[in-house]
Amino acid sequence: MIGSVTHIGPAMTAAFLGSLVEAVEALTIVLAVATVRGWRPAGLGALAGLVLLALIVVVLGPLLNLVPLHLLQLAIGVLLLLFGMRWLRKAILRAADIIPVRDESRAFAVETEALRDQARRHEARLDWLAAVASFKAVLLEGLEVVFIVIAVSAAGGLLVPASAGALAACLLVALVGVVVRRPLTRVPENTLKFAVGVMLSAFGMFWTGEGLGVAWPGADLAIVAFAALFLALGLAAVALARRPSTEEALP
Amino acid sequence: MKIITSVFREVAGLFVEDGSLALQIVVVVIISGVFARLFPDSTSAAGAILLFGCLGVLSANVARAARR
Repeated sequence: MIGSVTHIGPAMTAAFLGSLVEAVEALTIVLAVATVRGWRPAGLGALAGLVLLALIVVVLGPLLNLVPLHLLQLAIGVLLLLFGMRWLRKAILRAADIIPVRDESRAFAVETEALRDQARRHEARLDWLAAVASFKAVLLEGLEVVFIVIAVSAAGGLLVPASAGALAACLLVALVGVVVRRPLTRVPENTLKFAVGVMLSAFGMFWTGEGLGVAWPGADLAIVAFAALFLALGLAAVALARRPSTEEALP
Repeated sequence: MKIITSVFREVAGLFVEDGSLALQIVVVVIISGVFARLFPDSTSAAGAILLFGCLGVLSANVARAARR
């Protein structure tokens, strides 16, 4: 059922949480640029990135309407499965201490140092280079936001609620970033990534099945069951794969 | 030029980070699709293959990463 309540809530939440993660990562780079070269190049680069992202949505959105529904469901479903399970896998491995958790303070320090290094080498062009760094961060992180919004909305006609969720997250992060002027290290990025991975995998499962002609028991409610299964598997995988910390490993 | 390369790399990276995970998901989808085509009256079985196949692929991938 297009635009049903079962879809609107999870689609909006997935877009909000996914965008929150990406916006926090983009903000770290933009803040690094602002710290080294000021807000002008940082802001201009970010603005240019946002304009290009908006153009991508404006061009891609109507094109998707030309694709037959079953094909669109299948294509979006498979892409959501690939994207969602990639996020879920990474979140599981991070939660189990198998790979390191992303550290915004460290990312900020690395980016700041890189920009300062560029300053030593190319003083004359630095504003341009700083703006490009900000542009690239917003564009690359924003591409994930655009994909999440288009993917969770395209196959179910939910572009407005999904976009609203994403926009709210980006505005929230931008507002907090402008106020605190430092990386948002307290945002539980991995937990958010875990939650979004679960939701996107559930959506992907549903749409891929629909695209293949599978009649899911419970129709739209199957998404909730898929999310519960992915969540249970994810939590069990974290518990089973968790590496003992150095202190726990000592006799 | 570097930005364009980064964008393309990022777009590909959205879906493929661990190549084997992506490949296994695609294989599960193909098997499920073939099953749905061969047995159009029992699409639930194709759905079960898709669901439990993906859950299995994810579990196996995490287990393998944990052992490394």
